[in-house]
Amino acid sequence: MKKVKLYEIAHSRAGDKGEITNISLFPYADEHYDLLRRQVTARAVKSHFWNLVRGEVIRYEVPSIGGFNFVLYGTRIGGVSSALELDPHGKALSFGLLEMEVEMPEEGVGKD
Amino acid sequence: MKKRLRIGCGAGYAGDRIDPAVTLAERGNIQYLCFECLAERTIAIAQMEKQADAEKGYGQFLEERMAAVLPYCARDGLVVVSNLGAANPPAALAKTVEIARSLGVGGFRIGAVTGDDVLETLLSENAAVVETGGTVRDLGDRLVSANAYLGVEALLPALEAGCRVVLAGRVADPSLFLAPMIYEHRWGLADWSRLGAGTALAHLLECAAQVTGGYFADPGLKDVDRLEDVGFPIAEVAEDGEGIITKVPGTGGRVTLGTCREQLLYEVHDPASYLTPDVTADFSCIVLEDLGDDRVRVARADGRPRPENLKVSLGVRQGFLGEGEVSYAGHGAMNRARLAADVVLKRLERQGFAREKIRVEYVGYSALLGSLAEKTFPEPGDVRLRVACRVERKRDAERVGEEVENLYLNGPAGPGGARKSVRPIIGVCTAFIARELVKTGLAIGDV
Repeated sequence: MKKVKLYEIAHSRAGDKGEITNISLFPYADEHYDLLRRQVTARAVKSHFWNLVRGEVIRYEVPSIGGFNFVLYGTRIGGVSSALELDPHGKALSFGLLEMEVEMPEEGVGKD
Repeated sequence: MKKRLRIGCGAGYAGDRIDPAVTLAERGNIQYLCFECLAERTIAIAQMEKQADAEKGYGQFLEERMAAVLPYCARDGLVVVSNLGAANPPAALAKTVEIARSLGVGGFRIGAVTGDDVLETLLSENAAVVETGGTVRDLGDRLVSANAYLGVEALLPALEAGCRVVLAGRVADPSLFLAPMIYEHRWGLADWSRLGAGTALAHLLECAAQVTGGYFADPGLKDVDRLEDVGFPIAEVAEDGEGIITKVPGTGGRVTLGTCREQLLYEVHDPASYLTPDVTADFSCIVLEDLGDDRVRVARADGRPRPENLKVSLGVRQGFLGEGEVSYAGHGAMNRARLAADVVLKRLERQGFAREKIRVEYVGYSALLGSLAEKTFPEPGDVRLRVACRVERKRDAERVGEEVENLYLNGPAGPGGARKSVRPIIGVCTAFIARELVKTGLAIGDV
């Protein structure tokens, strides 16, 4: 097994509604879907973001399009219009998720 | 097969580029061109403009967008649907009539959709405010606007009246695109499956370039050709609600499974329950199929009955944001930036600022990802300290930037490029209103 960063095998996009951020995650290769399903759990994502997420994280699986949707409650106080953050939308948070490491078999790293 | 309805998206936010809409009108072979130009707080700001001048309060760039597309309404029968009316659709109508006349184009009808302004009704109902736990009356004079998210029912009368330009205010973004589908395909307003399927296509369109290669590129991993010319999307919509997302051949960008997947879940929470005023759309079993040549087929989106009440966006005055920034570079840049932050925080605390309300960021290092970045990346050789605080009084907000600027002579060595700013904050809160309390209307102008 070796560790890889999520960005090596998956892509992602962040969206915002109020103080809630959603981050989608899609493996480039369909065969990595199960690996992500096992390792990129709601709990793992909550722990990865640490103090960037005050509330809970919920994961929705969307197998028909080969991806996941993470909903992060409590990311930017007041939401986009009154948050103090330089990035009040939290658009960069998808690239935070992509820094997470997962374990995978030696072969099959990278985008195919 | 019956000819498919083709709908283009001409803008995905208030300030979006103008020229892709012209490309769509010119070469997109579209019947409808919809512009989504109204962010949540934009309408509160527009409301204040309207209070200052009764002929203002419509969307930014209305004049430019209308001047660009009205000739196609006249020449080709193109129908434009937009929320560019913002806080004042009747004023947008008057302005658009004026623009058509000045361009010498005419022979068509323009409609203004009203009724989203529910401030008086909410005050008399004293509706609950989700975020505060209180009521709208508790907000007092902080409350500047209350606009209900209208759905297709508000837009359809304008299409039925033969309007070629429909100017609404607060309408749910997908409804701008769904209304033409319902009108052209004669879908029933309780045909939840088709409304859900149409809403999936509408959702894919509503952020314009975000489905055609914008907000996507990551060089080496997700490459996008000619991002500088990224084209805006078109949906081909079949009578059964299936559709294809594509763009004008020759424009930049790409439409692929990747771009469509990312946009499908953008700003979605539960993919099985995407709530709009029109339907509870269900994307959980949706199928995307890449047909090649920037064409992606969208099928098997579904829907269930719409939510009972309408969501209302409240504009609420929340004081002022004061900001200050300054950069440090070279050896020990982060150490000096941290010392600078310490100095500013101590000085602000002495003046009565609450430490926990002051945000300190290191731009170029951890401003966007916080401690996650600090654990992951080495310290940079060029970093920008940013201090931000929201306070009630403008004078206090100014103090934040002033303390940062004071670092020039009074802080660590080598401060570069200090800047300060103050702006009023209009926050957004949420309420709900019963549908029957919302009375929509249509004003018409013929040119």
